[in-house]
Amino acid sequence: MTEVNLRKSPAKFSIPKISSNVWKVWRRNADVFTKTIGVNFLPSMLEPIIYLFAFGFGLGGFIPEVNGLPYINFIAPALVAISVMNGAFFECTYGSFVRMYYQKTFDALVATPISIDEVVAGEILWGATRGAINSTIVLTVIGISGLLTANPIITTPLFILMPIIAFFSGLMLSSIAMCFTAISPNIDFFNYPIFLFITPMLFLSGTFFPMNTLPNPAQGLALTTLPLAQIVNLTRGALTGATETLLGLTTKTLIPISIIWITIITIIFFILSINLMKKRLIR
Amino acid sequence: MFVEWVIFSNESRDVLIKAVKLTKKYDDFVAVDGIDFEIYSGECVGFLGPNGAGKTTTVRMMYCFLPPTSGDLIIAGLSVHDRCREIKQVVGVAPQEDNLDLDFSVVKNLVVYARYFDISKEEALKRANEQLDFFQLQEKRDMPIEALSTGMKRRLIFARALLHKPKVLLLDEPTTGLDPQARHLVWDAVRQLKKLHVTIILTTHYMDEAEILCDRIIIVDHGKIIEDGPPKELIKKHIGENVLELDYDSTLLPMLKQTFSDARIEVIGERMQVFTSKPYSVFDGFLHEHKIQNVTLRKANLEDVFLKLTGRALRTND
Repeated sequence: MTEVNLRKSPAKFSIPKISSNVWKVWRRNADVFTKTIGVNFLPSMLEPIIYLFAFGFGLGGFIPEVNGLPYINFIAPALVAISVMNGAFFECTYGSFVRMYYQKTFDALVATPISIDEVVAGEILWGATRGAINSTIVLTVIGISGLLTANPIITTPLFILMPIIAFFSGLMLSSIAMCFTAISPNIDFFNYPIFLFITPMLFLSGTFFPMNTLPNPAQGLALTTLPLAQIVNLTRGALTGATETLLGLTTKTLIPISIIWITIITIIFFILSINLMKKRLIR
Repeated sequence: MFVEWVIFSNESRDVLIKAVKLTKKYDDFVAVDGIDFEIYSGECVGFLGPNGAGKTTTVRMMYCFLPPTSGDLIIAGLSVHDRCREIKQVVGVAPQEDNLDLDFSVVKNLVVYARYFDISKEEALKRANEQLDFFQLQEKRDMPIEALSTGMKRRLIFARALLHKPKVLLLDEPTTGLDPQARHLVWDAVRQLKKLHVTIILTTHYMDEAEILCDRIIIVDHGKIIEDGPPKELIKKHIGENVLELDYDSTLLPMLKQTFSDARIEVIGERMQVFTSKPYSVFDGFLHEHKIQNVTLRKANLEDVFLKLTGRALRTND
C-alpha cells in the first residue's frame, strides 16, 4: 500500500498536462460531425455564397477598386478569415457549452482515463479543426466563383497553406471562446461576446472596407487588439500575395507580426481556458 | 456478458480502498467530515445515508471526479491526489445522473466509451454486444438515447461501466427509477460480478437492495460514518429479531411495556412498533389475550436500523 499523504488538493493555477488522449475527445466530436455532415456543410457553404453575391457582385458593382483590387477580390480573403473565426468560436462556445452543461458529456469523459485538461484541449483542437474545415469550404466556393467569372481571385500558390493558417487561427479563437464558456453562467451569456467582440471584429478588421482608411490611432488599436485583423492579414497574404499597408508597414513586416501575435495569444488563452474550466468543473 | 472476464484474486483479504481522514468541504459546508474506512478486495459494500449525508461525494472522490479537501483516499495502492489516470483505468462508474452521449446511438455509446479506454474497435463491438445481450438492450441498439426509457438508460449506464472490465465498480443509485424486472436484472449482474471478485461500492435508498446484495454496510450521516458492519449483524445489534407493528392505543402501551420489558417501543404517528427478540409464542399469547386487530409481525430489517440511526426527520435534497 502506498504511503498515506494528507496534503491538500494541488495548486489552483497550472500548466495543462496533456497526452494523446486529447485525440479521443477530438475523435468523439469528429464522429458526431461526420454523422451530421449534411447539416454541417450546407450552412458553411451557403454563407460565403451569399456574402460573395451580395457584397462582391451587388455592392462591388458600385465600388471600382480597393487597394488596387476589384472589391470582390478584396473581401474574398476576409470571408475565409471570418469562416475560420465563426467555425472555431461557435464550436467552443455554444457547442462546448451544450456538451458540458446540458449533455454532461464532460462528466462522462472524466470518469475514463481522460483528464479534464485533455477534455478541454480536445474541444479546442476540434474547434480549430472546424475553423479549418469551414475555411476549406469557403476557399472552394471562392475558387469556383473565380473560375466562373474569369476573375481568378486566388492569385498565389500560397493558398495551399490555408488549412494550416486556418487551424492555428482557429486554435486561437477556440481558446478565447473556451474562456467565455468557462465563465458563462448560462447559454444566453454568449450574447455578450458575440455582440461586443465578434460582431465589431467582423467589420473592423479590414474585412469589408480597408483598415488603412481608418485614422492612424484606430489602425494601431485594431492591429494590436483584434484577432480577426491578424487572420485577415494572413489569409489576404496567402490568397492575393499581399496584405494591406497599415501604418506604413507592408506584407513583409505584417505577416511575421500576425504570426507572432497569434502564437502568443493562443498560448495565453489556451492555458487560461483550461485553468478557468478546471475552476468551474472541479469543485 | 462476463465471458473472458479476469477473475480477480480473492485469496488474501487485501485492502483495495482505504480512506484516511477523508474530507470534502465546500466553503462553510462539510460534505464529508474526516472519515476513515477500508474496503477489501472482492467485497460488496453499501453506502447508505439520507440525502446530503455524503455518500455521492465519497463515491465521486473514488473516481477522481472530486478532489478531497484534505485527507487521503487510496485505490488499488494509488492515491487520488496524483494517480487519477491509473485509478480511472481500474474503476468502472455508473453515476447517479444520466450522462449518456446524446449524440450517439445505444451501441455507439458503448463503442465510443470503450475507445476512451484504448479498447480496439473489434473488441469494443464484441464487448458492447455481450453487454447489450445481458442487459436486454439488443433490440434498441441503433436507437438514439432519447428513445430509451429511464430504466433502459440506467441499464445502459451500468453496461457502459463494465466495458473495460474494471476491478472496482462504483454504482451510485443503480436502481433508482427501475421497474421490478429491471431491478432484478441489475441485482443479477451485481451477483455475477461478485462471483468474479469485482469489488463493488453501491449507494442506494432501497434498504432491501442493500441487505440482499451487500456483504457490508457503511451508514453515513452529516458527512460521518455512524455504523459499519454486515447487514445481519447490524440488524441484530440495533433492532433484534422481530418487529411487531400495531395501531396506537394508549391503554395498550403500558401492557406492551410490561410484556416486552426488554424491548424498545416506538410510537410513530398512528402506529406503535415493538422491537424484540422474544420467541413467537410470546407474541401469540399477547395478541390473543388482548384481541388485537390490524397487526403485523415481521422480521427486523435494515430499514429499521437505518431509521433508528438516522432518525425520521426529512432531509433537504442534496
